Amino acid sequence: MASKAFKINLKIWRQKGPSEKGQMKDYSLDTVFPEMSFLEMLDVLNENLIAEGEDPIAFDHDCREGICGSCGLMIDGLAHGPHRKTTTCQLHMRSFNDGDTIYIEPWRAKAFPVIKDLMVDRSAFDSIMGAGGFISVNTGSAPDANEIPISKDVSNEAMNAAECIGCGACVASCKNASAMLFTSAKVSHMGTLPQGQPERMRRVQAMVKAMDEAGFGNCSNTEACEAQCPKGISITNIAKMNADYLKSTVVSEVQL
Amino acid sequence: MKLDAKIPAGPLAEKWDNHKFNIKLVNPANKRKFSVIVVGTGLAGASAASTLAELGYNVTTFCFQDSPRRAHSIAAQGGINAAKNYQNDGDSIYRLFYDTIKGGDYRSREANVYRLSQVSVNIIDQAVAQGVPFAREYGGYLSNRSFGGAQVSRTFYARGQTGQQLLLGAYSALSRQIGLGKVKSYERREVLDIVLIDGHAKGVIVKNLVNGETEKYAADAVVLASGGYGNVYFLSTNAMNSNTSAAWRAHRKGALFANPAYVQIHPTCIPVHGDYQSKLTLMSESLRNDGRVWVPKDIETARKVSSGQLNPSQIAEEDRDYYLERKYPSFGNLVPRDVASRNAKYVTDEGRSVEEGSEAVFLDFSEAIGRLGKDVVEARYGNLFEMYNRITDDDPYSTPMKIFPAVHYTMGGLWVDYNLSTNVPGLYALGEANFSDHGANRLGASALMQGLADGYFVIPFTIGDYLASQPLNDHPSTDHPAFKEAAEQVDEEIKGYIHNNGSHSVDTFHKRLGKIMWDYCGMARNAEGLKKAKGMIQELREEYHKDMKVPGSDSEYNPELQKAWRVADFMELGELMIDDALQREESAGGHFREEHQTEGGEALRKDEDFAFVGAWEYQGRNQQEIMHKEELEFEYVELKTRSYK
Repeated sequence: MASKAFKINLKIWRQKGPSEKGQMKDYSLDTVFPEMSFLEMLDVLNENLIAEGEDPIAFDHDCREGICGSCGLMIDGLAHGPHRKTTTCQLHMRSFNDGDTIYIEPWRAKAFPVIKDLMVDRSAFDSIMGAGGFISVNTGSAPDANEIPISKDVSNEAMNAAECIGCGACVASCKNASAMLFTSAKVSHMGTLPQGQPERMRRVQAMVKAMDEAGFGNCSNTEACEAQCPKGISITNIAKMNADYLKSTVVSEVQL
Repeated sequence: MKLDAKIPAGPLAEKWDNHKFNIKLVNPANKRKFSVIVVGTGLAGASAASTLAELGYNVTTFCFQDSPRRAHSIAAQGGINAAKNYQNDGDSIYRLFYDTIKGGDYRSREANVYRLSQVSVNIIDQAVAQGVPFAREYGGYLSNRSFGGAQVSRTFYARGQTGQQLLLGAYSALSRQIGLGKVKSYERREVLDIVLIDGHAKGVIVKNLVNGETEKYAADAVVLASGGYGNVYFLSTNAMNSNTSAAWRAHRKGALFANPAYVQIHPTCIPVHGDYQSKLTLMSESLRNDGRVWVPKDIETARKVSSGQLNPSQIAEEDRDYYLERKYPSFGNLVPRDVASRNAKYVTDEGRSVEEGSEAVFLDFSEAIGRLGKDVVEARYGNLFEMYNRITDDDPYSTPMKIFPAVHYTMGGLWVDYNLSTNVPGLYALGEANFSDHGANRLGASALMQGLADGYFVIPFTIGDYLASQPLNDHPSTDHPAFKEAAEQVDEEIKGYIHNNGSHSVDTFHKRLGKIMWDYCGMARNAEGLKKAKGMIQELREEYHKDMKVPGSDSEYNPELQKAWRVADFMELGELMIDDALQREESAGGHFREEHQTEGGEALRKDEDFAFVGAWEYQGRNQQEIMHKEELEFEYVELKTRSYK
């Protein structure tokens, strides 16, 4: 059933490059349909800009089904927009009304420099992973998968943490631009499982060190990260990571 | 050209072990003298790169995403098959092998598929050791579920995010090697040419997507794990940026492209809702366990439903056509993907679509809710219902879902031999980028299995056979004139797009290409339509190169420019898909030729004439390609007609 088009006003962050100064620019679009996804709305705006000979707005996106973690926009000051547990690509225009003005900005954090317009560089997350976000097992040396029984509860707990899509909404939502939720999700995913025990202390030290070196801020328990996480990653992971970190620095043999 | 698949001699079950013993090895101290380029960091690329680095090779990876973790393998929902027989239900390596050959409609290589089944068990071990949190039973052991085309439970899964968890496992292994300095990862890069030196693949030309610079990288071998080409159709379940450019340019450098016409169209996707639609979303195959597919019996009622005058719940049971249950009483709603898709097309072609201005059929859960209760249905499918509701604003608990088939996976790809080597020495293709294991139709939960089999357990051995024959102390360098020449060609092509100054965006052409392909080379094909489509694509290509418009410059992040080269390549590949669909005068798996069907409208294979792989050789721009045949020999499996009646 065809629905009626409506109009929205947009204020969008435009920035040519990492070292250029950016600013908010005004746009409007009068062919918005409720069934459109938020990113499809931006596609239509970009088609208009191209037709007018203007530079289209750059934003990261890929799978458009909420799992790759590429997209991430600050929409009216909220990471991924108004709905909980929803990525930007899963947000639809029926959440907005005719005549609304929508503010769209990139993630803002020292460790996530803007590349262009709404795109940021999140490679700091990869550095944290490279420092310790793994279980060291070479291909071929694994025992049979059913050799170590793992209780369903432990496995579920690990899976809850492992669902993180690495989008960076936690960092963008935190007033300190802390990456504690991202880092702790990986630390606690692997630290919960028996396979992750041998490196547990080394892992938490290495990942926290890499996180600090990348320029992320500290956690001050405002819980904004959990509220805006599109996958609902719990801040209890941060508590677990803090406990492991303390243990690793006080009583473990690990010296990085 | 004589195609040698290099299938090892000996009994099926011993081929791989014999082969591993017979191929050459590179000794541990020499491995660090060799370098390998891996293009793409999905399941196949990340598993290959990390394993090669663990062995000691120096590896360089490229991905167009901003992180290797975002490759489109991440979106796979359902699961991964493996012949573990943990359920004690009669599974075996041979059964998985047999199901895969049959599911592929007898158009894949026995030896490759058998090896795939053999190593499937190692994949699960490896993934668990990495910390992949597969679903478990209360006793702590791994859980399995069933998938289409199999009568055993061999699918391992991690909620509805199996692809994500397996990719994060492979990415963590890759991250470890990056941290150790054995892998150098380049993100936001796209490979635009393969550099050949004396006929061997020795490097790549790469576009830096952030600053537009053309970069050159040399290595002793090149591995392509760059995915499939479903985005030829514009609308598909693929990610927006998934593209065929690396593989297609390898093809232009001499690598054969096999079975391009084999495309998998997934029956349960959310229908198209407008011209602005950018991609299609899959609803898991598992929904067909309890959902019933139907459309109204007559066109008039269908029209009333699609225009909103009638609610589906107002249609009496006797006025509904549960067409899958009617035509296939023994498999019902659980017929394989190709059969379910084709039948949805038949009923909407008759005018019985339930969505105005679009095509859709119902997937109805009211019977299941009545039988099981809402709570049980919610426990089984709650997350999928929520996803559907978020996209469509309809509540599947109270009204049937509307679904329609969409392009999902491409079985065709670069031709490879048993070693996963293309016909270009030193150039390998893994995962969806190659053609090898799924024949004319892929079974559910087998894509993850194949990507990881290729990357973890096949290429690490077979690449050694090639590298052992390469000079130990004389490695390719980007100073070689072949690099300069290839880079200049890429620059010239890019300048052509930037200075074209046409009047239409790249997307407008891509959408037109997609429509031609969907209409004439989609779920059903015929000679007349294919010939017409070939002409249409040739005209579209000409118009594209005259009238396309790319704003901005080539020295900045410019997504419109990226689209420009991708769509140019999609157009060339689209034409080849049509050539391949035309030559294959039979119906097999995802390739359905209307001229070749049984009286009941089922696919009619012609084994005596078409039991071969069609591998196409590039002949230069705008030249008709030449097809080479690799005859498929079936020593173990008897060719039968698939029946789901």
